[in-house]
Amino acid sequence: MQLWLIPILPLAGFLINGLFGRRFSKGLVNTFAIGSVVLAFLWVLKTLFGLGGMNAVYTEHYFTWIQSGALTVGFDFSVDRLTAVMLLVVTGVGSLIHIYAIGYMAHEGGYYRFFAFLNLFMFFMLTLVLAANYLVLFVGWEGVGLCSYLLIGFYFDKKFATDAGNKAFIVNRIGDFGFSLAMFLIFRQFGSLDFAHVFAQAPAAPVGLLTLIGVLLMFGACGKSAQIPLYVWLPDAMAGPTPVSALIHAATMVTAGVYMTARSWVIYTHAPIAMDVIAYIGIATALVAATIGLAQNDIKKVFAYSTVSQLGYMFVGVGCGAFSAGIYHLMTHAFFKALLFLGAGAVIHSLSGEQDMRKMGGLRDKIPWTFGVMACASLAIAGFPLTSGAMSKEAILLAANHHAPWIYWVGVFTAGMTAFYVFRALFMTFFGKYRGEAHPHESPPVMIVPLVILALLSLGGGFIKVPDFLRSVFPAVEAPESGALTAVAIAAGLLGIALAYLMYVYKPGLPDAVANGAKGLYTLVYNKYFVDEIYDAAVVTPLVEGSRVVLWKGVDAGLIDGAVNGIGARAKGIGQVLRLAQSGNTRSYATWVAFGSVLLIFLMAVLGGLR
Amino acid sequence: MMGHVPLSWFLMLSAVLFSLGVAGFIFRRNIITMFMSIELILNAVNLTFITFAYQRQQVAGHLFAFFVMVVAAAEAAVGLAIILTVFKNRGTLNIDDLDSMKN
Repeated sequence: MQLWLIPILPLAGFLINGLFGRRFSKGLVNTFAIGSVVLAFLWVLKTLFGLGGMNAVYTEHYFTWIQSGALTVGFDFSVDRLTAVMLLVVTGVGSLIHIYAIGYMAHEGGYYRFFAFLNLFMFFMLTLVLAANYLVLFVGWEGVGLCSYLLIGFYFDKKFATDAGNKAFIVNRIGDFGFSLAMFLIFRQFGSLDFAHVFAQAPAAPVGLLTLIGVLLMFGACGKSAQIPLYVWLPDAMAGPTPVSALIHAATMVTAGVYMTARSWVIYTHAPIAMDVIAYIGIATALVAATIGLAQNDIKKVFAYSTVSQLGYMFVGVGCGAFSAGIYHLMTHAFFKALLFLGAGAVIHSLSGEQDMRKMGGLRDKIPWTFGVMACASLAIAGFPLTSGAMSKEAILLAANHHAPWIYWVGVFTAGMTAFYVFRALFMTFFGKYRGEAHPHESPPVMIVPLVILALLSLGGGFIKVPDFLRSVFPAVEAPESGALTAVAIAAGLLGIALAYLMYVYKPGLPDAVANGAKGLYTLVYNKYFVDEIYDAAVVTPLVEGSRVVLWKGVDAGLIDGAVNGIGARAKGIGQVLRLAQSGNTRSYATWVAFGSVLLIFLMAVLGGLR
Repeated sequence: MMGHVPLSWFLMLSAVLFSLGVAGFIFRRNIITMFMSIELILNAVNLTFITFAYQRQQVAGHLFAFFVMVVAAAEAAVGLAIILTVFKNRGTLNIDDLDSMKN
């Protein structure tokens, strides 16, 4: 079926634009960049239709990549229903965001560079999704991390952007360390890294080892999917251009951890403790990130914490054994969160770069199309009935209730907060009176059309019944339908919307009163629980200072340089002494010769040479 | 006649000549004098060779003495040529002034 064409097309786009894009016109750059991704999308469609039901895993082997002792790693791609969902999300949403970026990036420098990196990202993401073994997946995994780094630091002349890129890269390395260890353990236990081989043997493996593998894999997923304790990089990653935030840091890359966890479901179903850990981390992340989102004033920061929070939901779904519900939410989240970011980008674009919501307001009439699509996305994420977000969140919450009711209740509470902060952002941006100085203007059609498509998907995407589609892939979850539980979840969302309306439209003075009333709590949340400061004091500073004082000054300058310089100095000193013998005076040489002869004779006499 | 003179006398004479040669080489500054001192050292050694050869009734000592004389002759030819050249170039025969290898 020529699966390799899917990732190769964006790679070609990257190579062409990356090598020659500097000399191309914008139209030509667009042709290669958008063309390659749209072609990849079409090829995905053709492939999936060609494969039909996909009840069995379809694998293509291209070449043996690594052959070393017992380790054999092939460059293999495979497609099953899970891959199909991911492929459609990545190429579909990816295409829309690429098109949108034409308008968004029109006035930015480095136009060709931006699209080249975006295409490279698509290549690695598709490699990740198509991989048939852990190592090829890891290649894609690291590749998307690289592209994330490159695109976060896209405005490389700004210090905060490059810092954010470094932060994302380094924090992800911590998670990848766990992922690598997990792969070593998998190879040690199963003698292979192929999914088919590993999953066939996993049920017979010892539970303790599977738990360890599961927890280590989860550690990698925590880095990539921004979960506690490694979520800190994602909010900073908003330093990149907004289409990047939408594509990489909302819709696709950050969901790679969820995908990998769901892909490894055989390991997890046999390691219930690892599953529980995932569920607990997920719900904790969802709750903590949502509370931080309540008090942010930067529109992109709100959605960044919202992304962290929603990824927490996906982890809850996966951790409660409802893998298909996690993937369901992954897909709907890709729709509405990409839309939220792109909409925020359109707002920022129309205000010439303003991101502070305190300087927005009243934009409803000035940019009505943007307002319309943002409202759709907000309704979806808030869990308004029948929207895509409501359906997928409901699936997760039902599974959570089946697993442990307290997770359900925390999830419902978080859903209420989610609705509140998203509508807070919506009301602060589009309602009331305009508080800024810029002259808002509606975005060009090339930006609006993708937004409208995504808005339709946000509202109606829930009717793409992913759990039914994935029924043959994952084990069934016998979570019963419950009208009451659904009603409670929806009510929480509506309550959040109502509260946001009350505080930000009906009585605009209320938020300040609340903030003053609970000053300590507000300061704590506003400053993101000081997590960055704590990490800085607990990890970064000791590491930097330890490197500086012990490793640099002590080991490098003291020990290594000291040894080298010391040897040199000793040789020089010995030479200084020996130099004195070379006086150039013939008679002194003769004296030395005579003295030496006497010494020799004396020694021979002492040692018994002379008799 | 040799029979009446003890062996040690010849060796003592040889040692005295050798020491005089060494002392002359070390303490004199004129190259020619030093050169003569070397000849003295060589001939002191020759005397030792001959003495032992006579005492042990072996021909090897004589042969060595002849060898030393041949080498000394060659050395005299080369050495004197060098001394001549040095004197021509430097205008001195003081060994302490010939220290251009230093530094």
